[in-house]
Amino acid sequence: MLWYLGKRLLQLIPVFFGATFLIYFMVFSLPGDPIAALFGDRQPSPQVIEQLRQQYNLDKPFIVQYMLWIGGVFRGDLGVTYSGLPVSQQLAQAFPITARLAILSLVFEAVAGIVVGVIAGLKKGKWFDATALVVSLLLISVPTFVVGFILQYVFGIQLDLFRVTVSGDAPWSELVLPAIVLATVSFAYIVRLTRASVAENMSADFVRTATAKGLPRRRVVGVHIFRNSLIPVVTYLGVDIGNLMVGAVVTEGIFNINGVGGTVFRAVKLGEGPTVVSFVAVMVIIFMLANLLVDLLYAVQDPRIRYAK
Amino acid sequence: MPSNAESRSATHYVAPIEETPLQAVDQVNEDEKTRSTWTDAWDSMRRRRTFWISSVLILLVLVVAIFPGLFTHVDPRAADLEFSNEGPTSGHPLGFTRQGNDVYARVIWGAQNSIIVGLVATVLVSLVGIVIGALAGFYGGWLDTVVSRIADIFFSIPTILGAIVIMSVIPARNAITVALVLSAFAWPQIARIMRGAVLSAKQSDYVTASAALGVGRFTTLVRHVIPNALAPVIVVATVSLGTFIVAEATLSFLGIGLPDSALSWGLDIGRAQTSIRTNPATIFWPSAALSITVLAFLLLGDVVRDALDPKARARR
Repeated sequence: MLWYLGKRLLQLIPVFFGATFLIYFMVFSLPGDPIAALFGDRQPSPQVIEQLRQQYNLDKPFIVQYMLWIGGVFRGDLGVTYSGLPVSQQLAQAFPITARLAILSLVFEAVAGIVVGVIAGLKKGKWFDATALVVSLLLISVPTFVVGFILQYVFGIQLDLFRVTVSGDAPWSELVLPAIVLATVSFAYIVRLTRASVAENMSADFVRTATAKGLPRRRVVGVHIFRNSLIPVVTYLGVDIGNLMVGAVVTEGIFNINGVGGTVFRAVKLGEGPTVVSFVAVMVIIFMLANLLVDLLYAVQDPRIRYAK
Repeated sequence: MPSNAESRSATHYVAPIEETPLQAVDQVNEDEKTRSTWTDAWDSMRRRRTFWISSVLILLVLVVAIFPGLFTHVDPRAADLEFSNEGPTSGHPLGFTRQGNDVYARVIWGAQNSIIVGLVATVLVSLVGIVIGALAGFYGGWLDTVVSRIADIFFSIPTILGAIVIMSVIPARNAITVALVLSAFAWPQIARIMRGAVLSAKQSDYVTASAALGVGRFTTLVRHVIPNALAPVIVVATVSLGTFIVAEATLSFLGIGLPDSALSWGLDIGRAQTSIRTNPATIFWPSAALSITVLAFLLLGDVVRDALDPKARARR
């Protein structure tokens, strides 16, 4: 297992450099002058431009710029935003908020998704199952931002149960509605995954054996079916940590949350290169680590993967 | 002790076998057309209601996208602030936006960009993914290693995130560039699936037979391996058409997809955000159009998967 972990971590290194280089390349070498963007309509003096170009290393060859940046990343220095704030400080403020939002979403989608999915799977073909399937399909096809508006309108405006936007320090109670919005698509996938898994295990040999040896149905369902059906769901939850990071860009934008996603949302609109690069790089790292976690979970479950050369 | 074993020997009863007479074996029905995966899949799809519902919906959206003029005579760009946020009147069945645009006309004309982005991105991603995945899987070696590592890098950047970064710096924003940018990050998924399918198809007897007959490697790949490895790619491509449409709407909604002058459901939803309290209908209709279109492609993807995957068919 340790050997497998080491191998996977080594594989991650070129992917990490490749992905960060790609993002850096996209932001800083595509047309558009970041210095000009900084000043808007005003025309700065040549000396100021020169000084700023030096400060942000824009006068050096592109590959050197990238090396300087990635070197800084390893020292914990993510650069300075165009407004003079260290990006790392911005990240330190934003990250805990997004982490809390993601945790709430994960808990919601896991609990609600598994409960609905198990019931649907046990009652395959009945009305509950049919309803769950249709609703989950609808939730998958309605884009997140639309779900966001609907819930904002119904719960925030009509029923006045939640605040429509989240205040600066984002207390848990205000994050409930955004977390539900962020979780909807994954919730639908979990319902379908759990349902399929439960329905398949219902006719598995070990379940027939358990019933045949006289175990009460409670135990057959609760232990034999339930536990075995959760395996694919748990791995899906791992993948979803990465998806939630991406979904956060839209959700945090709608609810005006000062998390990682919301900051990227605003930085993109303002053309803040350093912020976009660093934040997206962090999100990509989280996404990669989530995928690694899933691969490790697979390896724990299935020894064939660990020992494959 | 052999004597003991002999004494224990029991009589075995074997059920009589109804042997098929040799004649019957030889009488293979040669008149009937050969059944391929595709004819089987078509037969399975044809019998499902979902297939017809989703096909009719998709057809409808396509017709609306190609001939929007058939469905409305109102100019979607004509804005009259006099009618700002007004409800439905005759000739304007869905009312007006805050800017005084006709909601119905904008919903009808908005289909075009969604379909263009969805189709172009899906075709591009499929072509690139199939070619790269097939070459990597079939030839293996250093080609496979290089391609797989590059795919890993693109795969580690989520499509929407990568698209947000590129679209925010790109100068020319239109349906084609949005489709190009989305495909740039989405191809590794298809390439991976294709590579896996080619790897398993490569082991088949017909590939060995083709090589034994003296058919060249490349011809074998194109004529025999690729057609037999396409099924999983088609399933994913159908579903991804829906996800590309959502991605375009999301980017436009964020203000970095199509330019402000374009007619797009995503843009309209984003604009209607400010009138959510006063006129929720302006947000509802483009959202409904978008969701129904995506739903149709997802449903079709479900049916296609069931039809092409015999295991899924049995499970249902």
